[in-house]
Amino acid sequence: MAKFDSQLFDIGYMDTLAVGKTSLHTLDPRAKLVTTMVFIGTVVSFGKYDISALIPFVIFPIVLVAWGGLPTAYLIKKIMIVSPFAFFIGIFNPLIDQTVIMHMGSLHITGGWISFASILLRFALTVGAALVLISLTGFHAVCMGLEKLGVPRPFVVQLLFLYRYIFVLMDEAGRMIRARALRSFNSNGRSLKIFGSMIGHLLLRTMDRAQRIHLAMCCRGFDGHIRLIHPMAFGIREAAFVLGWSALFISMRLYNIPHILGKLVTEFVL
Amino acid sequence: MHMADALISPATGGLMWAATAGLITYCSTKAKNDLDDTKVPLMGVLGAFIFAAQMINFTIPATGSSGHLGGGLILAILLGPSAAFLTMASVLTIQAFFFADGGLLALGCNIFNLGFFPCFIAYPLIYKKIVGMRPTKGRILTASLIAGVVGLQLGAFSVVLETVFSSISELPFNTFILMMLPIHLGIGIVEGLATAAVVLFVFKARPEILNAASQSRPLGNLSINHVLASLLGVAIITGGALSWFASAHPDGLEWSMAKVSGTEELENPEHGIHASLSGIQEHTAFLPDYAFKTAHGEEGDMESETAWPAVDAGTSLSGLVGGTLTLFIAALIGFSVKRRKNA
Repeated sequence: MAKFDSQLFDIGYMDTLAVGKTSLHTLDPRAKLVTTMVFIGTVVSFGKYDISALIPFVIFPIVLVAWGGLPTAYLIKKIMIVSPFAFFIGIFNPLIDQTVIMHMGSLHITGGWISFASILLRFALTVGAALVLISLTGFHAVCMGLEKLGVPRPFVVQLLFLYRYIFVLMDEAGRMIRARALRSFNSNGRSLKIFGSMIGHLLLRTMDRAQRIHLAMCCRGFDGHIRLIHPMAFGIREAAFVLGWSALFISMRLYNIPHILGKLVTEFVL
Repeated sequence: MHMADALISPATGGLMWAATAGLITYCSTKAKNDLDDTKVPLMGVLGAFIFAAQMINFTIPATGSSGHLGGGLILAILLGPSAAFLTMASVLTIQAFFFADGGLLALGCNIFNLGFFPCFIAYPLIYKKIVGMRPTKGRILTASLIAGVVGLQLGAFSVVLETVFSSISELPFNTFILMMLPIHLGIGIVEGLATAAVVLFVFKARPEILNAASQSRPLGNLSINHVLASLLGVAIITGGALSWFASAHPDGLEWSMAKVSGTEELENPEHGIHASLSGIQEHTAFLPDYAFKTAHGEEGDMESETAWPAVDAGTSLSGLVGGTLTLFIAALIGFSVKRRKNA
């Protein structure tokens, strides 16, 4: 139940964040979408032993979070808890790749640990960028941007419909789970048979709901085509946003900034 | 079994994106052409239903752990392949955006793994063939079980291939596949049982729903060959362009482990794709490696010794200092932006 409520809360909360009024919020969603994709593409294009070269990329989420006034702690917490998959697959690297490639005093660091650290860093960067995108833009605007970028309309309509009814159906499922928990002891109520009839009932109600929605749509003049109204303008601001960030990403891809910086400092000091 | 951005290379991600984008375009065109408009809200609400249904879990018989519905197969049974694929794609897109399950680049892989196999392979080629035009309880149960297992095995296999081709993870093909397939056999059986439970309920309560779904109209005037051809073209172009981009600078300037990563492939040559490739390499290019082969025993040590000077202590130190400094500067920029905003 707790997980359930928190998931619903998450979706709702991120949409509230997207209502903000900063200049980043009002930027055309297409600009933010394209820039985020360039960011993710550059980050994953690094070799598997790269760590230092990836570090400068934190600038993108950091600036966006600060500029857009997003809650830093909440986003960090969210990045920490998601997707165990990358972690569990990545943790095999230190076990398999035992070649020592770095010495720090008596500490030997194997290639596996370095590539594992690189996986975690990429994970934090890519997931962070996606979360920042949705919290700055909101799902509705992201869908509009996708449609303008050429994603087929039936798919966009599908996304919008799904998003509209997630809240309704998750509420309904939540009530069913609560009812089951109140009427059964231990895990008696969780047999496959009861599961089948619960989900079955939910499904039948869902299909009836779809039919009512369809009738309601027909009453309002639905003719099989959904018209999306979205005043969007891709102006100089947007172009500057996309080009500026992309140029930065590409130069950070070509030049290892921490390396250059570190060399300067150590040469100066030592 | 969501793939993650952190584990895939741009070439693999781009290729799967292209494949998935092609399939979405194909299904959308098909949906626009020959779907009756009652299905538009139905697909949307069923997508939300999958989210809700995944919240309700049940105890897996004889084990005590709990499972829930995956979604691809039940959607295919209710909606037919192409509408189900669109719905599954939308579910995964929302998961990628809001719960960061996987990531935006890995979304292509995820939609393909969890959408394509149940909707276009397991449902039409297995479930439909077994259930036939006259469904019975036994047939529905058998069909759901087999289709559930096959769908998930193919998906898991595809996850393994994507991971191995990306070669960010060190897991060799053989080990990974021996790990993934048994786990997903279990998950597949659970998926099959859960799907069967729901379908049997609907079969008893409202059989007409299943009949309507199984008699969905055949393909419209859209030729699948056309779509596949353009899909292949896009895939080749994207894959080629992206892998060129990726290999233009194969390593970072620092900790450039090109030589060592060569070693570690030689270290376990009896496994998988690397083994067969390096086998081919050994056969085809025996001359350049000739001197190497005589010292076969110590080749690992020799290699790493030659590689070490490239990463001497000075370089690592400057890397560490530089990395810390960069992080510090980035945080500083963030704070100053925030202060300027608040002022």
